[in-house]
Amino acid sequence: MPDSVRRHKADGAGSLTTTDIAASYKRQFAASRASLPGAGLRWLNDLRDDAIERFALRGLPTQRLEDWKYTNLTPFAKTQFNLATAAPARIDSEKIERFLLRGVPHHQLVFINGRYDAKLSQLGTMPAGLVIRSLAAILDEGGDVLSEHFPGVGVGRDQAFAALNTAFMADGAFIHVGRGVCVEEPIHLLFVTSGVSATATQPRIFVIAEAGCALTLLQTYADIGTDETSSLTNAVTEISAAPGAIVRDYKLQREGTGAFHIATTAVRLGSDAVYDSFALAVGARLCRNEIHAVLHGGGIGCRLKGAHLLRGRQHADTTTVIDHVRAGSRSEEDYKCVLDDAARSVFQGRIIVRPDAQKTDARQMNRNLLLSRQAQADSKPELRIEADDVKCSHGATVGELDANSVFYLRTRGIDEKAARNLLIEGFIGELVDEVHVGSVQVHLRQAMWSWLSRSRG
Amino acid sequence: MLEIRNLHARVDGKDILRGLTLSVNAGEVHALMGPNGSGKSTLAYLIAGREGYERTDGEILYRGRDLLAMNVEERAREGVFLGFQYPVEIPGVSAMTFLKSSVNAVRKHRGLPEYDAMEFLKVVREKAKQLDMPDGLLQRPVNVGFSGGEKKRHEIFQMALLEPTLALLDETDSGLDIDALRVVASGINRLRDPSRAILLITHYQRLLDYVVPDRIHVMAQGRLVKSGDKTLAAELEKTGYAGLGAAA
Repeated sequence: MPDSVRRHKADGAGSLTTTDIAASYKRQFAASRASLPGAGLRWLNDLRDDAIERFALRGLPTQRLEDWKYTNLTPFAKTQFNLATAAPARIDSEKIERFLLRGVPHHQLVFINGRYDAKLSQLGTMPAGLVIRSLAAILDEGGDVLSEHFPGVGVGRDQAFAALNTAFMADGAFIHVGRGVCVEEPIHLLFVTSGVSATATQPRIFVIAEAGCALTLLQTYADIGTDETSSLTNAVTEISAAPGAIVRDYKLQREGTGAFHIATTAVRLGSDAVYDSFALAVGARLCRNEIHAVLHGGGIGCRLKGAHLLRGRQHADTTTVIDHVRAGSRSEEDYKCVLDDAARSVFQGRIIVRPDAQKTDARQMNRNLLLSRQAQADSKPELRIEADDVKCSHGATVGELDANSVFYLRTRGIDEKAARNLLIEGFIGELVDEVHVGSVQVHLRQAMWSWLSRSRG
Repeated sequence: MLEIRNLHARVDGKDILRGLTLSVNAGEVHALMGPNGSGKSTLAYLIAGREGYERTDGEILYRGRDLLAMNVEERAREGVFLGFQYPVEIPGVSAMTFLKSSVNAVRKHRGLPEYDAMEFLKVVREKAKQLDMPDGLLQRPVNVGFSGGEKKRHEIFQMALLEPTLALLDETDSGLDIDALRVVASGINRLRDPSRAILLITHYQRLLDYVVPDRIHVMAQGRLVKSGDKTLAAELEKTGYAGLGAAA
């Protein structure tokens, strides 16, 4: 870590400017470049060099950018993260027990501080046509299979955090499902941060779903440090679904309240593909889930759903872009947020309907439940419609728990806290119920119950 | 069981109950009738503990205890049940989850072991059969998409599960067709018990053709204007509330 930065932080002279941060991360990159996985691969080096330049040029996003209007990264800029830390940490299996998926056989990949841990992972029985590999392992072998998938399916070259991930990515997962292969067992990627302050992990996940295949992916992000330990997760997931493929993409983020969690997902969908996404977040000081879905054909069903449960000074931002390129596809969005104390939520949903995308059916909904007067929810729909025969709708609500419902439950002997929790569970549970895999539903509900058990009376 | 003495109450600063005195003994079914605005529902909500309903004078004793000193859930756990005129819809919470939370809260209070999921399912199935309650209804979110009749049957079903000692049923007959009314009435009759007091709040006498009360009271302008046995219903049918000097 450069001394100037450390002093800057230590004497409390205020936060670094976003340009300072960019410059310091560039220096970190220069220092660690040779030791990153795949350092011998020329195409990868070029990619990393290009990415860090683009990041350094722009710096961290500021609120002057429309896409970051409601999310202030100043707190983020106050911590100097060790982007290249890759010291493998030893963690006992019982420490991650509570984050595991239970009840059904599945493919389990565990990452500690962003690095694949073969001992804690259980790949299970792999059906023919399914490839699941750690990204670092592929890079060590020469990375041939990866090079054809770069520069990626659609993460914008100008997105600062995605660029940062490209520069520093050390590990992650590569999942390839062959034509017509139905992967019955969920694939669980568990990312655990060990709790050393200023640790950064930048996982990169590739999902290549060939025509007519089906898979269920679950990502869990957790940490085992004290609640306040600062950490950064900057994840990028790229999903390419060929015609008729079915990809279910579920996520649970339950990091501590010192964590910064930035996740960018880029999805490219072919005709008649189905993409189902649901992300539940109960953790992190600042969480941003950004999804870009491009619908390249007709008959596509793209469903983006998610829920945040926030308290204290937590801030959560969901930013989505759904791009209807061709005619006759459907997209549906439903995001919900429960906010207590001084928590803040942001929802930005952009829907683009290109001139050729007639008969598009796009629906967007954002609902917020405020449990405190200090909580705040910002909701910004953005429809860009360039075709004339389409159905597009959007809606946003902000409300409190219904007093009538609380009273009804109490007249049945349920105390006030339990009644409120039951209503919150119902509010979020409606979306959890749509998750296709029972064991994943339980996994998500347990995180929700754990959040609720800490709620005020 | 229930002893109401000179009860005065206001809602939103408006005096609604003006000196109501009424007592219901264990084992009895009473009907409380009266025109709209006479204060029937106010009494029900006051007994259940709804916010904004304020007693200004008088008292309500439940099994000799000051009912209004207890909070809402305590009253329920102590055996007071209110069947709602408009049962509340709760999206996302299955009726089963709701019922289990409710029954277990009450059992815990009574020092009984809480039911686990399997035991509870058994209890529910048994009661559902007795009360002709469709099983599928209980898998759905509480009251969401229930017809008017289904909502009221669900109220009676909750009453059967909770086994209250004092049940108030607020306009349970409203909005029911004759078949649904019969089902609801037979549910109520099944719960008649020497240890239980039931107060039926109703605008019309037709429920009383199916659930024959021990006493009928007529309310107007916040107090009782007439009490009698079951024959009072027939009299009311002929004369209307106006005939009893009880017009709103």
